[in-house]
Amino acid sequence: MDVTIVDYKSGNISSVINSFKEVAKGKVNIEVTSDLNKIKSSDKVVLPGQGSFKSCIDDLNSINGLTDTLSEFALNNKKPLLGICVGLQMFADVGYEEVETKGLGWISGKVSKINNQNGKYKLPHIGWNQINIIKESKIFKDIENNSHMYFVHSYEFVPNDKSVIAATTDYSSNIVCAIEKENIFGTQFHPEKSDKTGLNIIDNFLSL
Amino acid sequence: MLKNRIIPCLDVKNGRVVKGINFVDLKDAGDPVEQAKIYSDGGADEICFLDITASNENRDTIYEVVEKTSKKCFVPLTVGGGVRSVDDINKLLNCGADKVSINTAAVQNSKVVEDSSRKFGSQCIVVAIDAKRKDGGWEIFTHGGRNPTGINALEFASKMEKCGAGELLVTSMDKDGTQSGYDIELMQKISSMVNIPVIASGGVGTLDHLVDGIKSGASAVLAASIFHYGTYSVNEAKQYLASKDIPVRI
Repeated sequence: MDVTIVDYKSGNISSVINSFKEVAKGKVNIEVTSDLNKIKSSDKVVLPGQGSFKSCIDDLNSINGLTDTLSEFALNNKKPLLGICVGLQMFADVGYEEVETKGLGWISGKVSKINNQNGKYKLPHIGWNQINIIKESKIFKDIENNSHMYFVHSYEFVPNDKSVIAATTDYSSNIVCAIEKENIFGTQFHPEKSDKTGLNIIDNFLSL
Repeated sequence: MLKNRIIPCLDVKNGRVVKGINFVDLKDAGDPVEQAKIYSDGGADEICFLDITASNENRDTIYEVVEKTSKKCFVPLTVGGGVRSVDDINKLLNCGADKVSINTAAVQNSKVVEDSSRKFGSQCIVVAIDAKRKDGGWEIFTHGGRNPTGINALEFASKMEKCGAGELLVTSMDKDGTQSGYDIELMQKISSMVNIPVIASGGVGTLDHLVDGIKSGASAVLAASIFHYGTYSVNEAKQYLASKDIPVRI
């Protein structure tokens, strides 16, 4: 099996690469590239994302044909794709970090700042928080409800269709922290930094 | 619910752990990779490396350490010490660090914090503040606590938040190494003033000190000696905090 981690020169993806290679050992071939043909021929794609919504979208768009290739992969060919952190957020129609920015529009909704309730909640939301699994998801196979995951973010994805939500986490309100819509998966938390439970989630995705 | 973090810190010099855990069964007690792995297996919420390499020719040793550690430890890794520029930050992140802590460079030129948080995101930029009591307030020091600056620590903390720091690592120089507990007043003042997470550091000698640190408003507590010398394991520390009704990941 060939899995591509999309390297669109945005943020720090070395931890994502290390964790996927650790889990994939001997079973799955992991490529790290933005080469369109490699992506097209992959069985699965991982879309990481660090930094702001705007900077990630700008960097995706700066590689000619990349967003079209990813959309074709996920929407037309319906092959499994996992977005991590801003990688998940970019599925939305629009994001409001820095300035209003158009997203990929794969899952209708918006990305807005977490309500810090006048400073009651510190932002970024950094650290280990528990996930509340609200629907069965293939990436949560053998993952216990209320498992701890590592989060680092100030913005949240608010999908219009609540049925895509696979898990939430409690910080100021119930924040969407995992989604599953057919072949499209996403986690707001960082499975690559969430110790053994996180590696299990990666394993579940690779085993799809 | 978001849990309070316990962060063991390892001092690394020329690629070797200086203050290390005294475990007899360690193959190589000076190997930072092996020690970091012990911490992460023991439930550390993050690992922190402080590079105290003095000579320039040996500075590259930290990159190799970070690279090896990030292939073995799958919890966040923060690296600080001697970080001068956006290029240094870039290099550490590429080697597998998740966050970089900046001390002297942030004081000398706050643009490094602005530029790096814009380029890499606030989530990976930690500003380390070394503060010492003076005239009823706190003054910050640079160069590993050697150089006084005349800058007020509270004002500086606020400025760093505005520059885009994602977290503040606040060390009391009065308390550091004394094992008499954090400077609680300093932690309270800074935590209540900024809206970003504060990591309390400097002075931990008992598990009650960790409890006090969290109660002061810090989101995370950093400690070196109590873990280095095997006085307590990370897991013991977490169990103790939990027994005091402090939310931790167990």
